Amino acid sequence: MVGVWVLGRESGAGNAELFAPNAFIRIPKTGPIRVVVGRVEMGQGTATSTAMLIAEELEVDPSTLEVELAGADRAYSNSKLNFQLTGGSTSVASDWEPLRHAGASAREMLKEAAALRWNVPRGELTAKHGVITHASGKSATYGELASDAAKVTIRSPDLKTKDFTVIGKPMQRLDAVSKTNGSANFGIDVQVPGALVAVIVRCPVHTGTVKSFDGSAALALPGVKHVVSVPQGVAVVAETYWHARQGANVVTVEWDEGSAASVDSVELRTAHRALLTKANGKRRRDDGKADDTLKAATKKLEAEYFAPFLAHATLEPQNATAHVTADRCEIWAPTQSPAMALALAARITHLPPEKIVVHQTLLGGGFGRRLGQDYVGEAVEVSRAIGGPVKVVWSREDDMRRSFYRPAATHALSAALDETRGVVTAWKHHVVSQSIFAQVLDSFVGGVSPGGPEKLKQKTVSLGQKYLPAVDPTSYEGADSMAYGIEHVAVDFTFHDSNVPTGFWRSVGHSHTAFATESFIDECAWGLGKDPAEFRRTLLAGKSRHLACLELATKQAGWASPLDAGRARGVAVHESFGSVVACVVEASVEADAIRVHRVVMASDCGRVINPDGVRAQLESAAIFGLSAALKQRITFEKGRVQQSNFHDFAPLRMSESPRIETHLVPSEAEPTGIGEPGVPVMAPALANAVYALTKKRLRTLPLSLDEAT
Amino acid sequence: MISFTLNGKKTELDVPPQMPLLWVIRDVVKLTGTKFGCGMALCGACTVHLDGVAMRSCITPISAVEGKTVTTIEGLAPKEAPHPCQRAWSELSVPQCGYCQSGQIMSAAALLATKPEPTDEDIDSAMSGNLCRCGTYPRIRAAIHQAAALSKKGGTP
Repeated sequence: MVGVWVLGRESGAGNAELFAPNAFIRIPKTGPIRVVVGRVEMGQGTATSTAMLIAEELEVDPSTLEVELAGADRAYSNSKLNFQLTGGSTSVASDWEPLRHAGASAREMLKEAAALRWNVPRGELTAKHGVITHASGKSATYGELASDAAKVTIRSPDLKTKDFTVIGKPMQRLDAVSKTNGSANFGIDVQVPGALVAVIVRCPVHTGTVKSFDGSAALALPGVKHVVSVPQGVAVVAETYWHARQGANVVTVEWDEGSAASVDSVELRTAHRALLTKANGKRRRDDGKADDTLKAATKKLEAEYFAPFLAHATLEPQNATAHVTADRCEIWAPTQSPAMALALAARITHLPPEKIVVHQTLLGGGFGRRLGQDYVGEAVEVSRAIGGPVKVVWSREDDMRRSFYRPAATHALSAALDETRGVVTAWKHHVVSQSIFAQVLDSFVGGVSPGGPEKLKQKTVSLGQKYLPAVDPTSYEGADSMAYGIEHVAVDFTFHDSNVPTGFWRSVGHSHTAFATESFIDECAWGLGKDPAEFRRTLLAGKSRHLACLELATKQAGWASPLDAGRARGVAVHESFGSVVACVVEASVEADAIRVHRVVMASDCGRVINPDGVRAQLESAAIFGLSAALKQRITFEKGRVQQSNFHDFAPLRMSESPRIETHLVPSEAEPTGIGEPGVPVMAPALANAVYALTKKRLRTLPLSLDEAT
Repeated sequence: MISFTLNGKKTELDVPPQMPLLWVIRDVVKLTGTKFGCGMALCGACTVHLDGVAMRSCITPISAVEGKTVTTIEGLAPKEAPHPCQRAWSELSVPQCGYCQSGQIMSAAALLATKPEPTDEDIDSAMSGNLCRCGTYPRIRAAIHQAAALSKKGGTP
């Protein structure tokens, strides 16, 4: 049976001799010390940074630590969000104090145990490399002191503020080896004895429900065990994924397609435009008199930008394993929020939360997709229906067509230019998009309070759904925080209900707002005949972090140096999740195709725990952002997603991948996010490079020279 | 009954002949290092070696491996003596989520077996069938060069 996931391998859960001073540290009498990671590991390197933060204060070599993935447990709530969730680039910012405290208290408890054993003052003891020593020559390993340390109490110790030995030093990923030899366990790899595999036949329209179905042909196939109706469609349950898929191919279903059967991407664009011309939206920022200044301006720029729906396309398709019995529910899932998974299971099964166990597995990518718990709900439903353990596995087509998409957004921008002074005097930005929070509120409220009073939760949700859409910051974040020093600024937001399920997509609202703001400021620079980098520098006076990143990126990129013929550079700088990233992209156009050759990024994300991990996240963000900028869109016709697999929704490939250089601005400030902040700058930096090269301003994502205006 | 050699072991299985090798490996033999990503040979997550050649197991019917030798990530090298690619991958912290990396390493190992010192162009053409959603391509490229150097120093690709 499955015990605890220890970076990919299964391990016994119990050890009587274990010293467990807190939720994060397990010190056995013999063998490696284990740390428990409360955030999920989806590639962002949190397992390694967790171990490093604990090791710094525990005084052990982090590379000797074993890492265990926590299941659903309130002990691992995100201190920034107050429940157990991994997202919003908050892991290090949330955990950097609690984890160091955990390490420091464990260390002092071990010291206290040694002090009592040797009858010496604790202050005379030193902890280093997992050993407590005394000047008299006495020494003991942490393991040798473990059972005594479990009995002592100490006052919370102070934390180091300098002379770090682990923090700030590049460290090899602790999960690297298991991810190179096939032993890493992802959700899809979970083996529960006796578990069958289910695939779900889904309506091509997301609001669809089953009117009737015929599963007899499927049941006649070898290996197929059950064909059952669940709220999400018709589940075909078989011995293997392939047997289930064969069965699914011959199930016939009559659907009621529901309200989304008319969703159409062309009409969505028209609806967005109508809202832009009809009215100002809800004002979200209002500095000075932007409307009046624009009205009176003699030189004005106006432009409209568009960003489409986007899928996350995690390489591991959605999946979950569940075993529901009359009085218990056990779940194994690659989820970004075990707490929300638990809450959903409680809602479906009506079991009290303490009867539900959620095991966390590694995630084959997250990017916000796995904040949705739909696949967990499916596994619970199917297990309940068949009365046994089951693993639900999605196809790539399921994944592409049934996501929580990055919302589509249309942006109208206008600026008043003073050509004599060479400045922008007014800036107006109107965003039309939808509300992520209104859609996910239900599951978030459940996650905060699983098993809480259902009536109160429903009231909170219905109130939120009424008022959130107009003011949801995830729709316009980055537009309202536009950093440039412009006297008159107005930012408006208008809500549009697309009837498309949307969710958090790596960098959320910033992923489209920065495309608009950083492209349009470039238009202003060119409109005033200024160098785009120099122009930004002037407007960022007093914004030291932005300036430092811009300076570092442009310097390392050789901004002013000559390029090969047919190439040009574009720049962008943007703040999100508490961090600033500046980026210079070097691009060419070959046979009407945009090609990126070099990316230079500079970031200020506060104090860096693992510099190599931060660099990896920036590299990852560059490819992720460029993939969206160059290739990706999800479109709807008759309520159906028109893309299906990696041939029509493609990430960049090796041959398209540029050289990426990353630079970090030294900082001793509190750590801020890094998983997401590299994404928003990519599309505008690239569009700005294309403009510099071709004088064509591309305002629609994904970028295409055909759409140039 | 299909018989073939899997990671050095004679294997006999009673499975439908059209069942893809991927699902035989994962759901019947229960070796889960080989991954499912797309089912259409578009992403490379399912890459294994068939008689030493990298191929996509998700579209290979099990009947096509009759009498042949299949190597998965688990059989690429003994754990105590990792393949130069596996060593380089760890040393450079290539994996992020890690889901594609079994496939990446199998493609890279097959490349190095035929081209011990590949150029960037060789890497582009051998590796462009393997998607990485986390965008680890720059590190994969560096790791292949490092693995080539490791092999030259004495490892075997």
